Amino acid sequence: MSGEPRGLTRQQMCDRLAMEFADGWIVNLGVGIPTLCSNFDFGDRLVIFHSENGVIGYGPLAPRGQEDAHLTNAGAQHVTLNPGAAIVHHADAFAMIRGGRIDATVLGAYEVAANGDFANWRMLGQKGGGIGGAMDLAVGARHVFIVMEHTTRDNQPRLVRSCALPLTAPGVVTLVATNYGLFEPKGDRFLLREIAPDIELAEVRKTTGTELIVPPDLRPVRLRSNQQR
Amino acid sequence: MAMACRSKVVASFDDAVRDIPDGATIAFAGFADIGMPANLIRALAKQGAKDLICVSNRTGGADVPPETADIGLLTERGQVRKVICAFTAPTRRSQKLRFAKYHEAGLVEAEICPQGTLAERLRAAGAGIPAFYTPTAVGTELAEGKEIREFNGRKYVLEHALPVDYAFIRAYRADTFGNLQYRRSQRNFNPIMAMAAKTVLAEVEEEIVPAGAIDPDQIHTPGVFVHRIVKVPPAPDGLWPHIDRLPRK
Repeated sequence: MSGEPRGLTRQQMCDRLAMEFADGWIVNLGVGIPTLCSNFDFGDRLVIFHSENGVIGYGPLAPRGQEDAHLTNAGAQHVTLNPGAAIVHHADAFAMIRGGRIDATVLGAYEVAANGDFANWRMLGQKGGGIGGAMDLAVGARHVFIVMEHTTRDNQPRLVRSCALPLTAPGVVTLVATNYGLFEPKGDRFLLREIAPDIELAEVRKTTGTELIVPPDLRPVRLRSNQQR
Repeated sequence: MAMACRSKVVASFDDAVRDIPDGATIAFAGFADIGMPANLIRALAKQGAKDLICVSNRTGGADVPPETADIGLLTERGQVRKVICAFTAPTRRSQKLRFAKYHEAGLVEAEICPQGTLAERLRAAGAGIPAFYTPTAVGTELAEGKEIREFNGRKYVLEHALPVDYAFIRAYRADTFGNLQYRRSQRNFNPIMAMAAKTVLAEVEEEIVPAGAIDPDQIHTPGVFVHRIVKVPPAPDGLWPHIDRLPRK
């Protein structure tokens, strides 16, 4: 990768997806970049974070020195508990997932296809893999959001016509945030819903593995800061 | 009174694992080092049982010190034939997983299983349910060769219960009858692995209290599932991985 990826920062990508969470939603955040969604200031909105290891209703990261050694989220981060939190065992945590109680999950991915397929558990050339709870979340959550860099380290597209890597689930992704913008799988193409403010449309086209649907009134990615202006 | 007299407290981890035979299937609880039975694992590494089938969320920690007592250690000691886990390879290219080298060389078999399916297979085993249909993994390579059935217009894959010979678990508090309480996210796989096993070995963090000292309404794993309990001694004699992983102040 040549220097820092251009366009949105990881936090901005997550902020944009977090803006989609409605009041009262129960949300599960995948390991890695997606955990940044919990930094978003939801204001008056109540968003309940669910974790595969049975922590329902966790709050911000614990301050240094005040961590509870028995408490992490699924990303092994020492979190705090919000008032009203509850603890369950693993089978119940996943019963909630498959049982339809999770409104949205935000996951990382290696590839997302225009038909909503995505792959996030086995890297190219790898034996075995790391599925974790992704396959359960992918089929159980009402909305499956993906956050990822727009291209690979070798500048290959991650938004593709069909996934080359083994699938996590077919046809489930509804929204993708990359550093280049906000994308919606539409079958054979992606709809570019919003574009990162400092990125040219030609650059997005060049680095996307399918054609794009570009609305005539294409707008820059909405972020809390430019909303407030 | 009869219950109280029949104490399940075992004096040492070595005693607790002594009779585990070669070829045993063992479930290891824990998530992110919390609720992980590291003392029992270390004793099993010393005991030396071979050809083990290990059921766990992951195959051991990434980038861990060489003495770390997890499935990676058992693998390095040549004790593991197969693992059944939700993670069998590193999730980042920069990570080093002790298990991966042996798996890539074809020395150890690995069955990868989605975490929720793994949890439900254990729960089902404990609940007398031989198999179940789940939507997880339909349309992926993990469903290949498995029965697919449609219910109400949606496809599901048949998954089988996962009974185990032994479960190694870690609890916060226990009484002498083996009634267990967990603390915070320590609970994770512990209750369902205990239910899935014929014999359950529990290491416990707090002093073991007499039967009756824990309010029955506050018990997470009933003692009927638990066979041997050992108190974890203070460090450095006992292993406290969830304390060790805390950021240094």
